[in-house]
Amino acid sequence: MTEPQQSSAAPPGTAVPTMPALPPQSGRSGAPAPRRTPAATPARRTALAEGVDQLRAAATTEPGRLRAIGALLALLVVAFGAVAAWQTDSRATAADDVLHHSQPLSSDAAAIYRSLADADTMAASGYLAGLQEPPATREQYELDIKTAASKLVTAAANTDPGSSSAGIITDLNQLLPQYKGLVESARANNRQGFPVGGAYLRAANDTMQNQMLPKAQKLYKNENARLNDDYGNATPYPWFAIALGLLALGGLAWAQRRNYQRTNRVLNSGLVAASATTAVVLLWMVVGHTIARAGLNDSFDHGVKSLNVLHDAQIASLKARSDENLILVSRGAETKTLANKEVVDAYDWGYDQEIAALGRGLKLADSLADDSAGRKPVAVANSSMQVWKSRHDTVSDANNAGDYQKARSGVIGDNKSTGECFTSVDESLNLALTHETEEFRQSAGDGLDAMTGLTAGAAVLALLGAAGAVLGIGRRLSEYR
Amino acid sequence: MKGGVTMRARSDFFRRLSAVRRVRAGLRGWGGVGAMAVVCVLAVAFVLLLPLTQSRGEAGADLGGQRTAQGVQAKAAKCDESTVQDQSPPPADADGTTINAIKERGYLNVGVDQNSYRWGYLNPNSSGELEGFDIDLVHAIAKNIFGSSYSPSKVRLLAIPTDQRIPAVQKKRVDMVVRTMTITCTRLDDVAFSAPYFVTGQQVLAPKVSTIKGYNDTLAHKRVCSAATSTANTRLHADKGHKIPASVDILKAVPNQLDCLVELQLGQADAVVTDGALAASQAAQDPTVELKGTPFTTEYYGVAMNKDATDLVQRVNRILETYRTSTGPEGWHASYTKWLLPTLGKDSPSANPPTPHYK
Repeated sequence: MTEPQQSSAAPPGTAVPTMPALPPQSGRSGAPAPRRTPAATPARRTALAEGVDQLRAAATTEPGRLRAIGALLALLVVAFGAVAAWQTDSRATAADDVLHHSQPLSSDAAAIYRSLADADTMAASGYLAGLQEPPATREQYELDIKTAASKLVTAAANTDPGSSSAGIITDLNQLLPQYKGLVESARANNRQGFPVGGAYLRAANDTMQNQMLPKAQKLYKNENARLNDDYGNATPYPWFAIALGLLALGGLAWAQRRNYQRTNRVLNSGLVAASATTAVVLLWMVVGHTIARAGLNDSFDHGVKSLNVLHDAQIASLKARSDENLILVSRGAETKTLANKEVVDAYDWGYDQEIAALGRGLKLADSLADDSAGRKPVAVANSSMQVWKSRHDTVSDANNAGDYQKARSGVIGDNKSTGECFTSVDESLNLALTHETEEFRQSAGDGLDAMTGLTAGAAVLALLGAAGAVLGIGRRLSEYR
Repeated sequence: MKGGVTMRARSDFFRRLSAVRRVRAGLRGWGGVGAMAVVCVLAVAFVLLLPLTQSRGEAGADLGGQRTAQGVQAKAAKCDESTVQDQSPPPADADGTTINAIKERGYLNVGVDQNSYRWGYLNPNSSGELEGFDIDLVHAIAKNIFGSSYSPSKVRLLAIPTDQRIPAVQKKRVDMVVRTMTITCTRLDDVAFSAPYFVTGQQVLAPKVSTIKGYNDTLAHKRVCSAATSTANTRLHADKGHKIPASVDILKAVPNQLDCLVELQLGQADAVVTDGALAASQAAQDPTVELKGTPFTTEYYGVAMNKDATDLVQRVNRILETYRTSTGPEGWHASYTKWLLPTLGKDSPSANPPTPHYK
């Protein structure tokens, strides 16, 4: 084993290690000795210059060339292994982040967004019901606030201080108690029969819709950007490693051809082993990466994209629902002037916008769903939305005819109310979200699995390959002894 | 026919100008008798040329146009804000086309407010029906129109936003609007009003402990809230630096007068300016605030109806005659005692119904 190590250490060209190695070698080889003496005659030379000269001299002899070739091949294979390990590791880390870090955080941000919108909807429904507020509505409201608060803490822990997300989280943490205060004032006043409660509720709704939800949406978008970055880091092919691998394979092939031409021997077991391991690493890397890529791309196309669309649709349905409640709470207290100078009820207008957004979202979600299990809940949500719209028209008619009681029970009643439709839409969307999250986890998990062991495997195999190359060359070299 | 078209064009034109005129009211003083004569001549010439110069007249911003409006206004004496409440036709009992149509339909469509405590609001804790001073009046009107066939279901109360009161009447979405609606010259161009049924004025509302004493210097450096497009908001901006100190901080106008009470309670505002009736309605919802000083304007509430519904206007005036004087449980005084006495008191200028004068 000493010899191959020496020869592999020779090419780096540094004079110090080559100095003790070369003289005995050249002495043993015999043939180049006479040529070497004139080179040694100049009396005063630097160690470096002497080393270079010695190298140059060695390159002219076959053993010297063999040593250089062996060293180069070993270096190529080791470099290939190192780069392959490094590049696959960074991709595997990014893929792992997609699955275990950025997507869950994006989900958390979506949960904050959703909880806030849901809390607002529940507050409006509860207000409209007044003293008959169902305990479930109140509980859901409290749960939403709790969810939002605790997810904000998680999000804060995963955010760099000073980033845009950190600012948003601070703002949301300040606004949340403000919002809750307004809702409680609304409730307290409503319980005393004071219409100022309605004004408080509108103020709460305004805080939520115009300050908190846009911020929550921004946070969600930031987390999605982070997720997209991780996807961007996980999916490109490791081109540098592939190129080095091909180069190493080419070098090994050339060395074996040279060997064959000089000695007429077909196989050099060391070089063959080196070629085989290099080829295995290269193949493993390309195939594993292709599979991982496919899995990750699939998780993006069928998971992340669908999840985004479904989240947006769910928010639209929540906003539509809270507007629908507020039409009856505000009773014309707030109007909006459209571009064509037409004056409309602000919440009536808001409802129309959101229900249209819900319709578009469901259509998109349907086109993105890739299996019947994904399409089914979307279809249910869609049909519930249609019923919702037609019931809402009935409610509007009753409201416009001044039949407040009928309108109110049409919105929050137990029998054939729009509330039932909203609940159905919401539950179906939750089902769809669960399904798509599962799809995402499956695909991204498969992708990540395809990279399992690749980093360590590439490193170990490349070392073995390098050893093979050195041994193979060493065997040829030993023939010169 | 040609005359009719000209008249309509003229009245349109003057309506637009009267708005501009109010802004430039300061100009009124310098016109002497001579100037006035010149103005009148100009006015006549202008009016005669109107059909030809329609597009130029519509621009209406030139000074000549303004003086014209003033001159003719003075001559015609058509509408004066101080007597605008006296422009309603005399009471009558006859059923006309409008009343017959209502009877045939079987119910009365009325635009009301549903957020004004003690005036028209939905009590979530009682029957879930609307109640208040305005609602009492609506039922008194319906009782008279339907006579023995009256029942509460003969009335359909529609929530009408403040800025939709006039369009709702004009487009006949409702037969009438009973919704703390002040009789003004501008509105009189678009709708017909009954004789006044309530007198009030813009007033300041502030916490009881506040140093604010009324619409005066005590408002210095205070944050004052008012509703968008309200009389209060217009007056605040006009009076700033004159009747009230220039240091008054007029807050961004809110969509609804009740939003001012929210701001007041949250400590974002120091005072609210709105009309006394609504200020009283706010005070009724918060025992820590009260009306400060006396009303600094005089305004009359009337029932707004379509301009074509003269029979209905006259009938409502007849109903109001009895309603005002009735001492029974369904009269004006009983309603006032029930809804408004606790906050407005018995010494308020609003404590008695206004005396009607007819056209």
